[in-house]
Amino acid sequence: MKLAEQYVAFSSLLLKEIRRFMRIWVQTVLPAAITMTLYFIIFGNLIGSQLNDIHGFKYIDYIVPGIILMAVINNSYANVVSSFFSAKFQRHIEELLISPMPNYLIIIGYVAGGVARGTVVGMAVTLVSLFFVDLSVQYLWVSVTAIFLTSILFSLAGLINAVYAKSFDDISIIPTFVLTPLTYLGGVFYSVNMLPEFWQNVSLINPILYMVNALRYGMLGVSDIDITTAMLIICGFIAALFTFSLYLLNRGIGIRS
Amino acid sequence: MQALKIRNLVKTYKGGVEALRGVDLDVPAGDFFALLGPNGAGKSTTIGIATSLVNKTGGTVEVFGHDIDKELEAAKSCIGLVPQEFNFNQFEPVIEIVMNQAGYYGLDRSTAYQRAEKYLKQLSLWEKRAVMARELSGGMKRRLMIARALVHEPKLLILDEPTAGVDIEIRRSMWEFLRKINQQGTTIILTTHYLEEAENLCRHIAIINNGKTIESTEMKSLLRQLKVETFLFYLQEAVTQVPEIAGYVLRQLDETTLEVDVTSEQKLSSLFSALGEQGIEVKSMKNKSNRLEELFVSMVEGGQQ
Repeated sequence: MKLAEQYVAFSSLLLKEIRRFMRIWVQTVLPAAITMTLYFIIFGNLIGSQLNDIHGFKYIDYIVPGIILMAVINNSYANVVSSFFSAKFQRHIEELLISPMPNYLIIIGYVAGGVARGTVVGMAVTLVSLFFVDLSVQYLWVSVTAIFLTSILFSLAGLINAVYAKSFDDISIIPTFVLTPLTYLGGVFYSVNMLPEFWQNVSLINPILYMVNALRYGMLGVSDIDITTAMLIICGFIAALFTFSLYLLNRGIGIRS
Repeated sequence: MQALKIRNLVKTYKGGVEALRGVDLDVPAGDFFALLGPNGAGKSTTIGIATSLVNKTGGTVEVFGHDIDKELEAAKSCIGLVPQEFNFNQFEPVIEIVMNQAGYYGLDRSTAYQRAEKYLKQLSLWEKRAVMARELSGGMKRRLMIARALVHEPKLLILDEPTAGVDIEIRRSMWEFLRKINQQGTTIILTTHYLEEAENLCRHIAIINNGKTIESTEMKSLLRQLKVETFLFYLQEAVTQVPEIAGYVLRQLDETTLEVDVTSEQKLSSLFSALGEQGIEVKSMKNKSNRLEELFVSMVEGGQQ
């Protein structure tokens, strides 16, 4: 395919993905906004008002970046895993497989769909947060980059999950037993400096820690992790997952017999 | 130029099931080609490999000269596929399904819309363009898959049992449509269990059985191999006993119906004359079973012995 044709193919897939999650926005966008509102009310207002400041910020201000990022992570992942698995399940993935679209473009198309939903939900949660905090962003581009890279990373993870999934149960196991614990232990609701040294070191193997701190740095200007290290680690994970996704599609694992 | 050239195609699935054990096919460009075989013979696997939905174990496949191992994208661009089972998103509107497919082939939105309009109108689906695919009837869903397969105007259209479960009226209109597409230059490969369909539409035929090609020839020359045809004669008036005519074996099914075997050396006109001399007039007649079906059954059964 020529470059212009590749662009058309990519935008067709992206448009299809955006239409898909916007058509069912009550299931895809609204729940995150409601859940995160509850987080702000319960953890931010009710419990947070009883807690001390962290790094000089009120507790509710401190957890806003983590809550936004949690919504981005969950929704980027959920979008790709459910869309790709549905395509496999209903066999309309064959529409893509028989077309001349290269495999890397199929990955980029699905990932872009995940990024679109992650971004839309992230914006919705950010708007909700305005009801609870006076939001100020210290470094806009760091914040945007952190959200963008995080949604790419978890869209890729969702794609890999969908490739291996054989039933709808398989697409809920990873979010429930891996993603949620990692998110909660990634410093969304606390600073890792509050942990004993051993657990601080254990936390360093959790990739979500770097993403939460990157966004926290962008929004509040404070981070438990060096921002350059955080960004490099996120990019490293993206490169590894993209390469693995491409390998899976090239080999036809889970999609070709 | 061959639209599709397959040599020694082998497919062994995980677990050791040998679906294909050396399929060879030559489909000339512009042809209307029938690919027949009993269930499990390997037709869908062959099509799956040609369209890159199935990984092959061995052999070569060329689509209009493009080897799928070396020029996969170019080979894919030449093919439109109408699969056996519905494989579109049931929760998308009809026009989006067709336009998205056009997009995957690199057609811009404006061209995609024009093509979608053209083929949806030709297949009488334009009025349903905004309807969710799941709301279509079975026949409409089949036609939607044809429109989707044609939207990038492929040089080779492969239809895997496109008229399965479709009523006779829609089936005949689909035949007419496919004839027209073929006359306009699109090569068509058709797999079907309706052998009348293959006989009516196709100029060449290949029969696959047990993962191997057991016949590949012109439809006419294949039909010439039929040694004996059985006809049913519907008589103007009832007869009380079976007429005796030298050289022919006649059987009486009821008062006004005779069954007769006619060999390839015998002539029906002689038989009609002989019946006329006995005062028996034939009102109408038909083949007892489809000619291709008789050949097909004998070949497949022969291959299994």
